[in-house]
This record gives sequence, C-alpha cells and structure tokens, in this order.
Amino acid sequence: MRPLPELTAESSAFWTGGERGDLMIAFCDACARAIHPPQVVCPTCLSRSVTARAVAGTGTVYTCTVNHQPWVPDMQVPFAIAVVDVDGAPGIRVTAPVTGGDPAAVRIGQRMAIRFEPADGVWLPLWHRLGHDPDGEGA
Amino acid sequence: MAMAKATITGTGMSDIGRNTHRPAMHHLAEATERALARAGLTLADIDGLCTYPGKADNSPGMSPLGTGEVRGALGLQTRWHCAVPDGPAQMAPIMVAAMAVMTGQARHVLCFRALTESSSQGVGRRASVAGAGKAQIGGWLSWLVPVGAMSAANWAGWMATRYFHEFGMTRDHLGMVATGQRAFALANPAAVMRKPLTLEDYHAARMISDPLGLFDCDVPIDGAAVVIVSAADAAADCRLPPLRIEAMGSALRSSESWDQRPDLTTMGAHDAAADLWARTDFKPGNADVLALYDGFSIFVPLWLEALGFCGHGEAKDFITAGNIGPGGRFPVNTGGGQLSGGRLHGFGLLHEACLQLWGEADGRQVADARTAVCGMGGGFIAGAMLLNRD
Ligand SMILES: [Zn+2]
Repeated sequence: MRPLPELTAESSAFWTGGERGDLMIAFCDACARAIHPPQVVCPTCLSRSVTARAVAGTGTVYTCTVNHQPWVPDMQVPFAIAVVDVDGAPGIRVTAPVTGGDPAAVRIGQRMAIRFEPADGVWLPLWHRLGHDPDGEGA
Repeated sequence: MAMAKATITGTGMSDIGRNTHRPAMHHLAEATERALARAGLTLADIDGLCTYPGKADNSPGMSPLGTGEVRGALGLQTRWHCAVPDGPAQMAPIMVAAMAVMTGQARHVLCFRALTESSSQGVGRRASVAGAGKAQIGGWLSWLVPVGAMSAANWAGWMATRYFHEFGMTRDHLGMVATGQRAFALANPAAVMRKPLTLEDYHAARMISDPLGLFDCDVPIDGAAVVIVSAADAAADCRLPPLRIEAMGSALRSSESWDQRPDLTTMGAHDAAADLWARTDFKPGNADVLALYDGFSIFVPLWLEALGFCGHGEAKDFITAGNIGPGGRFPVNTGGGQLSGGRLHGFGLLHEACLQLWGEADGRQVADARTAVCGMGGGFIAGAMLLNRD
C-alpha cells in the first residue's frame, strides 16, 4: 500500500483539486510567482497572500524514468513516472505516473495532459501523452 | 586570528555484511574499538559524540542508534553531543564536530553511522523505501512517494534520463563506474561484493528504474563506521599523522526537492563543491584520491563535474579515459564504494579515503596519497570536504 499525502494548509488545494479535474498550483498574489511544492509564504517577496489556481493541466516532459522494481507488495510494474514542466506555471514541475500505452515510449519533450484518481479523500495526479488514450494499451 | 583547523585522527569500520543479524550496537562497538586503536586513543579520551541523522525509523534499519543509547552503551562522559538530521547529511556530523573542536566544545569527537538495512530487509521489511507501511506521509517525501516514486532509484533515474538526453551519456559509462569500483573491491577484503563484475554482467542485470539497473544501485548492509574528529592541538597526542580538514562546503542554492531543481543535470553537490573551492588554495589537480557518494552510479559523474574534475557534460569522456578506476589519475572510491563495498551512507567512503592518506589501504594503496576530496550526498543533499596530510 502506497502512503497518501498528508493534507496541510499548503498542500490541500493540490491534492483535492482533482475532484473537479483541476490541477491546482499556488501563486503569489503580490508578485505572481508560481510556488511548488506549495507554500503559504512566497519565497520571492514573503507575501502571505498565496492562492491556488487551476492551470490548464498540460505540460511537457522534462525527465522520466520507468520503474521496474515492485517496492511494495502488489505494485504493478513496469510503469513510467514523468517530471513535467507545467503550462502556465513557469519554473514549476508536477511529477506523476504515466498511464496509457507502453511506459518505455515516454520521452523528454512529449506533450502531456493530466487527470486524477481518487484515493481515500485525496486525488492523485496521473499524466498521459496528449492525444493518446489514457487507458489504452500498446505503444 | 584564524582558528587551527580540525583534524581526523582515527577511523574504523565494523565487519560489515549482509543479514548479519548482529545488533547495531555490536557493529558500532567494533568500529569504535578499531577507530580508537588507529588513533591511539581510549574511550576516556572521547569527550564528544555526533551522528547523522540520529535514531530514525523513516525506513527500516536506516538509523537504529541515537546519541542517547550510544552514550550509554559506550559509557561515554561527554562535554558535547549532537545528532544532525538536516544539513549536508552524511557529512554533517563531521562538519559539526569540526566546528565543535575548533571552538573548544570538545577535543576528540566520535562521529558514527550505523545501519542494519540488510537484516531489516531479510526479515521481510523492505529497506530503502521511505514511508513504506505508513498510511500518510508529509514533507518533501509527500511529493514523491504518493505519486509512485517510492525509491531514491526513481529520483536518481530522472537525473540520469535528463543527463543522458543532454550529454549523450549511455549505460556503458555508468557500467564503467560500477565495474571500476568492483575492481577496487576485489582488492579490499572488507568489501561485501567480491566477485568480478564485467560490463556484460552489468548489462545483463535486471532494470530497477530506467536507465538505472541493479549494479547502478548501492548495496544495503549491516555495519557501522566511526570517524574521530580532533582539535589540532589534541591531534598531536595521536598515533597517526592527523588529517587536516582543509576546507568544507555545504552550500545549497535550490529547494528541498528531487524534481524542482531548475537543472537536474546538476545537484546540491554543485553548490557545495563551489563553496569548498572558495575556501582553500587547493585545486582539483591537487587531489590524490576521491571519495564520491555513489548511492547510485549516476552520482559519481555528477560529483566529478560538481567538483571541477571535468566540465559540465564531460564526465563520460573523463570516465572513458580511465581516470577514476584502478591506476587512474583520480581514483574514486578505492575500497569499492557503496556500489561494491556496501551502503554506510558516506562514512565508509570517508573511512577509505582516510586509510589512503595514512597509507593503510593494503592492496589498493595509491602511492603517497596526501590529499583527498570527498563529496557526500545526492539530490539536494550535499557536503564536500578536503582532507590533507602534511
Ligand atoms: Zn511573491
């Protein structure tokens, strides 16, 4: 069983936005900086006015790996985990497993889209290749 | 007035192994005896105690001993003790101890690291998986573990994928790191992996987290290592020539994260290494031996670049040219490293570097080694140290 994230003042918006299908990223209200992982203080200007906003939910693969090792019982392998530069949130990456198709086909530079799966009160992000069936098999 | 620099006067490592089922404290007592004998000190001389991270249960067997029970078991009467869970990790206790002896808080500080990850794994508890078995997880791990990145092999795998993409490195180059360190291990009776390893063996092994395979990952073991950090004047009483801590670097210019550093072909290592060289007149060319953190093979080329032994993106050529293996100009992890020697979280690598500087690395001794460059940690965790014997 994979541990789930603790919900905190900083992180709740991110982990629950998936209920509405939204990728929620924290932005500073004063200087517009995107902050991830989210914080309640802006590290650029120390503003305490930080608000999570939905972004498009798309991005570009910065890097990835295909995990082959079942680290815990019942872990289905292999699967790809992508670190994705998020559209509309400069300097921010969101990391998540990739669904749909051959995990070995995930490449740096590919365009990705997000969706979410519920897990006991949180919504975990999943990336898939833009234009591909997120539940599809094969390449 | 500049303070006299701290020194290392003794190191010791227990008989490390896999599934030893010995108590961690037995390993530590053995390592302590050996370090004291090497230093020519007794327990009564030890007046300081320091460790990383302190007693911790974030993965099984990762840190079974804290300062409290070690003070008790060794019967220590300390003037100063400390555990350092944050900071430059594996290097933190050595650095903090150095500052303690330089400011007169203690004269001889016993720094230790003990692990029983192998036995913990052997009884069915998974080692090396942070947070496994917990229902919820917080902090920086909460951005990794719940999204399937349960192991540092995944996090290092991202770095390797990006580095390969930008600079044309391949698994052949990482294989040279793994096989080179295995060649060193064959000459080190204390190493746990003592069968020859060829590039064919390396490529045939199963994949763990692409592009990192089994032999790109260090080996969980049971064992302990001790490093005694002494004040410069106190070092004069010791048996071996003191190893001066010429400089330390622990800068970090990115956040506490394995995926947000703007350039993941660099690590905290690059920040710490720059700081190291800013604090000494020594240059990379002065190094005789290197101790570079090899929790995963990809960290070795990144540390080589961080420390300026070659330029950014040039490590594959530097490695291919034979610089870091047996007989190379800049031999790295001459005891076999953690890849072949076992994972003592940097303390084993530091112990080996010290043996080299004392001329005690039988069978793998680098002639007249006087200067060691040590870089510990991966990802956002990094500390660098330069040791010199006059
Ligand atoms: Zn701001």
